[in-house]
Amino acid sequence: MSALLEIDDLIVRFRHPGSMLDRLRGRGRQDIEAVAGVSLRVEQGSTYALVGESGSGKSTLARAIVGLVAVAGGSIRFEGRTIASAGQSDLRAVRRDIAIMFQDPIGSLSPRRSVRSILSEPFKVHGVDADLSQEVARLLTQVGLSPDFADRFPHQLSGGQARRVGVARALALRPKLVIADEPTAGLDVSVQGELLNLMNDLQAKLGVAFLMITHNLHVVRHVADRMGVMYLGRLVEEGATGPIFEQPRHRYTQALLAANSEPDPDADVQRLPIRGEVPSLIARPSGCEFHPRCGFALDICKTKLPELTGADGIRAFRCHNPAGVKTAETVPEPA
Amino acid sequence: MADDILDISGLSVDFRTPGGTLHALRDVNLSVKRGSVLGIVGESGCGKSTLINTVIGLLPSNARVAGGEVRFDGRDMLKMTPGQLQDLRGQRMTAVFQDPMTALNPVLTIGQQMVAIQYRSGASTREKRRRAAEYLAKVRIPDPEPRLGQYPHQFSGGMRQRICIAMALLAEPDLMIADEPTTALDATLELEVIALLKDLQREVGCAVLFISHHLGAIAQLCDDVAIMYAGEVVERGTVREIFHDARHPYTRALLTCDPGRIREATRRLPTIPGSIPDLRRLPEGCIFRPRCPERFERCAEHPGDRRITETQFAACHKALDLAPLERIEA
Amino acid sequence: MSAQAFNDPVAVAAPAPSSSGWRVLRSAITDPLGALGLSLVLLIVLGALLADFSPYLPSKMAMPARFAPPSFEHLLGADHLGRDLFTRVLHGARIALGVALVATGISLVGGLILGMAAGYGPRWLDSVLLLVFDALRSFPTVMLALALVTLTGPSLYAVVAVVVIATLPGYGRVIRAQTMALKSAEFVLAARALGASAPRILLVDVMPNLIGPLLILVSMDIPVVITIEAGMSFLGLGVRPPTPSWGTILNDGYSFIRESPWPAIAGGLPIVIATLGFTFLGEALRDRFDPRLRKDG
Repeated sequence: MSALLEIDDLIVRFRHPGSMLDRLRGRGRQDIEAVAGVSLRVEQGSTYALVGESGSGKSTLARAIVGLVAVAGGSIRFEGRTIASAGQSDLRAVRRDIAIMFQDPIGSLSPRRSVRSILSEPFKVHGVDADLSQEVARLLTQVGLSPDFADRFPHQLSGGQARRVGVARALALRPKLVIADEPTAGLDVSVQGELLNLMNDLQAKLGVAFLMITHNLHVVRHVADRMGVMYLGRLVEEGATGPIFEQPRHRYTQALLAANSEPDPDADVQRLPIRGEVPSLIARPSGCEFHPRCGFALDICKTKLPELTGADGIRAFRCHNPAGVKTAETVPEPA
Repeated sequence: MADDILDISGLSVDFRTPGGTLHALRDVNLSVKRGSVLGIVGESGCGKSTLINTVIGLLPSNARVAGGEVRFDGRDMLKMTPGQLQDLRGQRMTAVFQDPMTALNPVLTIGQQMVAIQYRSGASTREKRRRAAEYLAKVRIPDPEPRLGQYPHQFSGGMRQRICIAMALLAEPDLMIADEPTTALDATLELEVIALLKDLQREVGCAVLFISHHLGAIAQLCDDVAIMYAGEVVERGTVREIFHDARHPYTRALLTCDPGRIREATRRLPTIPGSIPDLRRLPEGCIFRPRCPERFERCAEHPGDRRITETQFAACHKALDLAPLERIEA
Repeated sequence: MSAQAFNDPVAVAAPAPSSSGWRVLRSAITDPLGALGLSLVLLIVLGALLADFSPYLPSKMAMPARFAPPSFEHLLGADHLGRDLFTRVLHGARIALGVALVATGISLVGGLILGMAAGYGPRWLDSVLLLVFDALRSFPTVMLALALVTLTGPSLYAVVAVVVIATLPGYGRVIRAQTMALKSAEFVLAARALGASAPRILLVDVMPNLIGPLLILVSMDIPVVITIEAGMSFLGLGVRPPTPSWGTILNDGYSFIRESPWPAIAGGLPIVIATLGFTFLGEALRDRFDPRLRKDG
């Protein structure tokens, strides 16, 4: 059976203009790979979480799926049909089936339009014949807002309310896949819980699949069936959520989990097995891209990009010296 | 000499708005002990920013202090002249803000900015530059000497925030106010900055007023914690008291909602039903009553601060009767 | 569960206020200068509308009244041909406002279309349009007017054409810059992801956000347009006598200033009133719309 969304070896490149000085020196423009060969699949009605820090390419990947950025290599298939591959994209047939929610709850709503007009837009754009006022009321009720909200403008909504309107818009045409870019960003914890519960309810009711992009690992553990950890445009670890949380194999996943530990004053302030910051995509490190920050790097990590190990479908990772392996664990840590 | 570097008592602040007077802070009591870290936690609309702005004297023109005192080293700041406040700010009291991108002047080098900020000191420029490099090293910026000549955009986000911290500490202040300094950073960097703040705070010995909505950061860094809700401090105590034996229903709800505390994976996350009250039309009695799962008749009258221990206070009638908060485990 | 949590009194209370444009206008006239500006503008507009109710015809000569000083009969006096100056000024207001309206209207629509095309379209289109804007802007207005009139002869159309060429590139550039900023806004991305066409996005998502700042620009530009019209007519490049224009009235008065100052005053006064009125109003509007420019912060 084919999955709802299949991404194979996807590459997205951006032009890096370089500095004026570089150009004068005759050094040409260089391309940077924001997404460097990512493969993943999202099953019907499930939640897939894409995790990573800023600059990991997770938002770019999301934008590539809905055709906002061009694909340089690999392919994106939706229900078995190729919707994007190198240099071309054909989203027309699936536009209604894939919706995206952007990060800023209020900023992603057109500021001069009423909620009614914003929620009617998907129907108008796709020429769907429907009783718009009834549809708007239905959508608002569905996301737990009173139909009175139809006459509000975005600046009159709280972050949580604006986020609900965003969910309503995404669900307007009953899509099969909703891409949610940082759906909980900027929301208070109590509101965050309400939103995630709502998304979960709607998933159960409508059978919609979510591709959720987030840096909040706590949330991932509770809502995602599968997850992928991105670092510098590459998936370093990917698989079912439970096993990854139980025993992360990649050192970067391990560090991320440690950084997201339970809030407790008595918890040992762990010095993370990680140092420095995410390098720039212009200066992509050789070998395993994580080696300059890794506390467990071996010599081989500096030269050779590790292969994806573990093709059992439960989890896969790219690491020469993974966590939880006795023999490798004993390798002395470099200072 | 007072024990507390900052002592806020009975502070109330009102805002004039088109819809009536907004009571942004009401009877706030807080103190920061010398050389210790006080964390302030609360969700949006709790009055954190108004509190900070009152302390650093940057309230907007439609705000009015309706009562109370803000004592810095024993002297009431609200009665100081603008000149006296000016002497305090940037010297004995410094601040680090949320956005490290806009806090530094993009057209001046880090070195120029770090020298300029020492304008009060009579030392030579060379000496000021040496101190600047020394503080860059303290915040673990490698090769501090040459990097003084670089511009802010040549540093990464995490480094910029560390430079801001270095600049705040350069004056060797008695109190550093850190307003959500890690919110704009990724989780791994956040932890690093927190660890750095903790080390530096011990080393320099200044007190820190740390504002965050991230409970993890608060738990790691703070000695004492105050929980704010809708303009009031509903509970305060030592960090262990707050995290292990919270006595106010709001504190408990906040802790319960943090998905990081829920050990077993669950699809149904806890929430706090309802929303904060309109601060122009305050409900009678306890401010949390409309949303409180524990409410009963007496909540119609304001509970006031109840003393739990020497250090812990909670504004709740049931503060002493609530069962210990249990972790949600499947 | 969460449904009832969101139907709390705070959340549903506030009704939608009137559109922000009205609020801005209302608050602009609470500013004394803004109120003064609006009254002056209304005075001119009203005059232009009621010009036909004057008992005189604008071009009716009456030699006995030659150089009559202001009186109840002739509110602003009469000119060298005995024509009632007040009536001529009112009719001149029609020309001035008409040119301002038509010319800025064309500039505005043209600037909107070209500016949005430059800001939203492909890079080559942007380069071409920018080149056009800059080329047009680099002509000195007076030279342009002279050249155009040499080709076509003096007429109202020539005035309108000069004004459009002088103002359109400015609008185009402002709109281009604003469009580029909005292009990467998340709500525009959301519309693109939904599959909305570029014209639709520009029309329903981008344009409403441009109109406010643009109207302020226009109200600041109207005095310029009025002076261009009066200036060209004064030089004989625009409206031809005997049609009354503030410029021709001023020119006539200028020739006979030794006989009587009133014709010159009658030509100059409305220009001053209109220019000040629109400038005050425009500045008040700008202050409200763009709080960053407000002095009191």
